[in-house]
This record gives sequence, C-alpha cells and structure tokens, in this order.
Amino acid sequence: MTRFVVRRLVGMVAVLFAVSVIVFVVFMVLPKQNPAQSLAGKNATPLLVENIEEEWGFNESLPHQYLTMMEKVFTGGLVQYEPRIPVDDEIVKRIPATFSLTIGAAAIWLFFGLLLGYLSAVRAGGWLDRILTGVSIAGISIPVFLLAPVLIYVFANQLEIFPNGQYVPFSEDPWEWANHLILPWVTLAALSIGFYSRVLRTNMLDAMDEDYVRTARAKGLSERHVMTRHVLRNSLIPVVTLFGLDFGATIAGTAIITEAIYDLDGVGFYAALAVEKFELPQIMGVTLYGAFFVVLMNTLVDVFYAYLDPRVRLGEAASE
Amino acid sequence: MPVEETSAERGPWSLALRRFLRNRLAVFFLGVFVLIVLFVLAAPLWAEHVAETGPNETHTVEQLTVDGEKRDVVTVEGKPIGPQWFGAGGKFFLGADSRLGRDEMVRLMYGGRTSLLIGISAALISTLLAVVLGLLAGFFGGRVDTVIARVLDTIWSLPVFLIGLAVGIALAVGGLKLGPLELSGGSLWIPIGIISIFTVPYIARPIRGQVLALSRKEFVEAAVAQGAGPLRLMFGEILPNLASTIIVFFTLMIANAMLFEAGLSFLGAAVQPPNSSWGTMINVGVELLRIQPLLAILPGAMIMLTVLSLNIIGDGLRDALDPRGKQKMDAALQFEAQGAEPGTVLP
Repeated sequence: MTRFVVRRLVGMVAVLFAVSVIVFVVFMVLPKQNPAQSLAGKNATPLLVENIEEEWGFNESLPHQYLTMMEKVFTGGLVQYEPRIPVDDEIVKRIPATFSLTIGAAAIWLFFGLLLGYLSAVRAGGWLDRILTGVSIAGISIPVFLLAPVLIYVFANQLEIFPNGQYVPFSEDPWEWANHLILPWVTLAALSIGFYSRVLRTNMLDAMDEDYVRTARAKGLSERHVMTRHVLRNSLIPVVTLFGLDFGATIAGTAIITEAIYDLDGVGFYAALAVEKFELPQIMGVTLYGAFFVVLMNTLVDVFYAYLDPRVRLGEAASE
Repeated sequence: MPVEETSAERGPWSLALRRFLRNRLAVFFLGVFVLIVLFVLAAPLWAEHVAETGPNETHTVEQLTVDGEKRDVVTVEGKPIGPQWFGAGGKFFLGADSRLGRDEMVRLMYGGRTSLLIGISAALISTLLAVVLGLLAGFFGGRVDTVIARVLDTIWSLPVFLIGLAVGIALAVGGLKLGPLELSGGSLWIPIGIISIFTVPYIARPIRGQVLALSRKEFVEAAVAQGAGPLRLMFGEILPNLASTIIVFFTLMIANAMLFEAGLSFLGAAVQPPNSSWGTMINVGVELLRIQPLLAILPGAMIMLTVLSLNIIGDGLRDALDPRGKQKMDAALQFEAQGAEPGTVLP
C-alpha cells in the first residue's frame, strides 16, 4: 500500500509540474507580444508594463522567470492590475458558489443515474427499459450549451417557475439558494445521469450471469435481495471509479460553461469574465489553482479506491 | 445469411460496406451529416444570391422591405429583427444576430464551416500523431514505449478543457512565435493545434495496445523472416491492420473536437470575433435569449445534430468493419476510460 501511495504521489507531482510548465510556456515564451504587455491588460500605461517586466523578471533567464512565476502562485502574488486586486482572494471568495453547483449536481446525477440504471437493468427488455434508454441517450447527446438556453427560455423566461440563474449564498437564504440552483444542477447533471445509468445497466446485466448470482438464487434469497445485495453491489465498483474522475473533470470543464450561462458568480464565471476581457493574470490563477485541485483530488480518489479494493494495488504490483 | 456465402468472392471492404448499408440508423444519420456538409458548403451561394450580404457585414441603420412595409433591421432600442423567412426574398431568413444587425442565416452557414473545418482538421492531425506515436511505442517497446506512454498518460491526466482555455486565450492575446512559425491571435490554427494535441491520448493509447498485440502475430514474424526492416513492418504490415480502428476513431474524434471547439469558442478562447463559429454564435445569442431564443438555440441544435450523426456513423462503422471485435473494442474503451490499463508505466 505504501508503495502504491508513493507511486501515485510521484505521478501527481509529475502532472502538476507539467501543468505549470505548460502554463509558463504558453503565457511567457510562445506569445509574439511582450508578455508584460499581455499581463497588464488592454489599456495599460507604459509605466505599468515596465513595472510588470521588472516584477516578473522578464529580462532574466527562462528558469528564473519560471521560478518567479511559481513563487507568485504559491505566495498569493498573482494580481489583477488596474485596479490592483489579488487573484487568490477573488477565487477563494467564489469557491462556495462553485461547490454548491458541482456537489449538488453530483448528488443529483448519482442518485438518478443509479436509480434509472437499476430500474433499467431489473426490467431489461421491457417498456420501462426502452423509455429509460431513450431518456439516457437524449441526456448524453445534448451539450450543455444547448440544454442551458432551452431550460432558461422555457422554465425561467416563459413559464417563470425558476429564477434565471444567479447565485444566492446558502447562509443568506437556503430556500432561494436551492431555487436558483435547480436549473444549473439539472443542466450539469443531465449528461452524467444518462451516462451513469447506461454504465450501471451494462454492468448489472453482466453481473447477472455470474455464478455467485446463481448461487444466491439457489440459496432461496428473494429476487430483490439478490439484485440489491449481490448484483448491484458488485456493479457499483466501476461507477465509483468513473465518479472520481468525472467530478474533477466537471469542475474544470462543463461547470465553467454552466456558470457562465447562468451568471452564477463562481470560479468558472470569474474565469469566463476574464477570458472575455482578455485578463491574463486571473486566467493563469484559475488554471493553475484549478488544475492543482483537480489533479490532487484524482490522486486522492485513486488512493482511496486502492484502499477499498485490494485488486487495484495488487494488480499493479503484479504487472511490474 | 446470403452475404457470408459470397465472402470468398468479395473483399472485406465491400462486405463492410454491405453491413453498414444494412444499418438503417447509421445510413440515415450519414444522410443527415451529408446534408449538414452541403448546408455549410452552400454558404457563399446563399450569401451572394439570396441574402446579398457577408457573414461579418453589419446592418445597424438599414431598413428591410417585407411585404411592402418597411422594418428596421435593428430597432432604436437595439433589438434585432426576428426571422423573416422569405418575406424579404430570403434576406434575414433567420433574422439578425445582435445589435450589429448581421444576417443570422449567413453567419450560421459560415459558422458551421469554421466549426466543421476545425473539427475535421483537429481530428486529422490528432489521429495522425496518435497513429505515429502508437506505432512507435507499441512496435519498439522498451524505452521508446516508456517515454511515449508517460507523455500520453500525463496529457491524459490533465484537466484538458481548463488548460485548453488558458492556452487559447494566452495565444489569442499575444499571438504565437515559435521559430519560423508565426501566428496572429485570431488564427484558426491555434484552436486546431490545442484540440489536436490534447486529444492525442484518446486514440494513441488504444492504437498502442493493438500494435503491441499485432507485433506478436505470425504474419509479422513471417515478414521479419523475409528480411523486412522496422519501417516496412510498421507501415507495410501492421498499419493496414489498424485501418478499421483508425477510421472509427477518426469519425468519433471529429465529434469530440467539435464539442471541444464549441466549448472554447463559447467562452471566447478559440474562434475570435468578428468571425463566427457555432460556439461563438451561442455566446452572442444567450444575451438575447428572452427576446430571440432561436439565436442561441439554433447553433446549439446544429452542434448537437452534427455530433450525434458523427457518433452514430462511428458506431455503425465499428459494427460494419469489425463485427466480432465490437465487444473487444468496447471493453478496451471502457478500460481506457477507467484509466486502469494494466502494464502502463505511469504510477
């Protein structure tokens, strides 16, 4: 187990290093334009550009510049210029909104994905299975940037059942918090509900052919008991793995688009605004902190998973 | 099964074609995809002869004569005109796009060109890189394999959308200068490059696995006995056996690349204004969702239709090209998706 954890940690550090190098190269080395000019923003004065050049050490060697950048990232030295606002404060302020969106959506997609997948598998071939198959394929096929406008138009603008996005902190008004988040949650969860229900259905149908299921039936266990305790339990393992990976990918992917469409003032919204205004220090901050968080989380999931399922760590040791 | 009887006379490709044509769903969506391609190819014809305006031409103060009555293309409050269909002879068929008063139909056609162009080019480059890397890694093994697999695994574990966003915007602001290669910030090569590089592992990893298995087959041994060198072994013997995998993955990759591009463009990190792609059009349309919902929904629906057709065509191709290998490939993909490939070198 220790070996496994050490290997995973080494892999994580390698990926984090790759992320920082990519960001450094893309922001500082590749551009034609003077990077200080880009960092300063559109309407920067020559004096500001000069100061930034000094601050970031653009006259020094590349390794030196890289270290300066990393020092800024780790000590909270990334700032938005004009007006001068620290980027990390702005990000921290918006984390509750992003977590409200993503954790809520994840709870919804797990619950409905597993429920629909279970019903589909138990009734495989029947009319319920066919309807659910249709629903999940529709869910998988609709991209967020189509689903979100349709939901806003129908439920917020026409029927006026739900508010049109925006974020209300939980501490202020829990009811309004949930009410404002329902449409974004559904938007973010739809794709995964479809996907997870398909995966669970396939896994359960495979598991039903296993010998241990026949044994369970032969023992005279009730059908429900066989399905929930034997088939479902063993089919959940791949779903747990998928979830660990998907959650990170969602935070660093579709959640940004969802926040932008619903004006949810989270980290993704902050990034989207910065992209619109070409503000590079903010984007650099969101990318580095976001990527670090996602990679760290994926590693934790891996380790936790190996702890739960010895086959993972033993399988890896055997393949060496 | 009458087809199997003739299998001695027919080649595998014509058998695959017959199998594909029997799959009605796939053939239907192939038709849909062809219609979409024709639609975007017709953009200059429509722009010149029907709409009589270009995709980026603004019409802020003009008036349109519809059934003998004059209407503003953009009202004083900045509200764009809605769909006119053929009321004005096809001008502003789908209305105007924003307070800039550009013809939505023309932009939809030209935007589709950009989206498809980026999707197809990125998928082509990505597939090409993946095949070369997969061949090298799987064929040579050892240290070459270790290095390539490590690079692929690292890209695989990156949050690619977030990093693609950062790369896209940094290069859009500053342009690109890499030795003799110089690109301006608005160049389409920037999103194409980002998407193709970040999607390489999706194809390279399965290809590497297949090459690994193929290298141990008897026909390769026979070629070695004939004195074939590594190049002939890789490209003459192994590559032809990868053809069906490559075709299937290429089709699916176009769909993936188009979704990637739409996401980046929607946020403003790929195709730069005034040029349109379906992603940027949604961005513009979302602002006017309350008064002109079609402006956001139509380009979104076009993306979905294109991606859906490509995915169904890809599935159909897989069934037709490798009917017995379907489960094998599914299992491999699922394995890949779980990132749990045995024998990978990354910790």
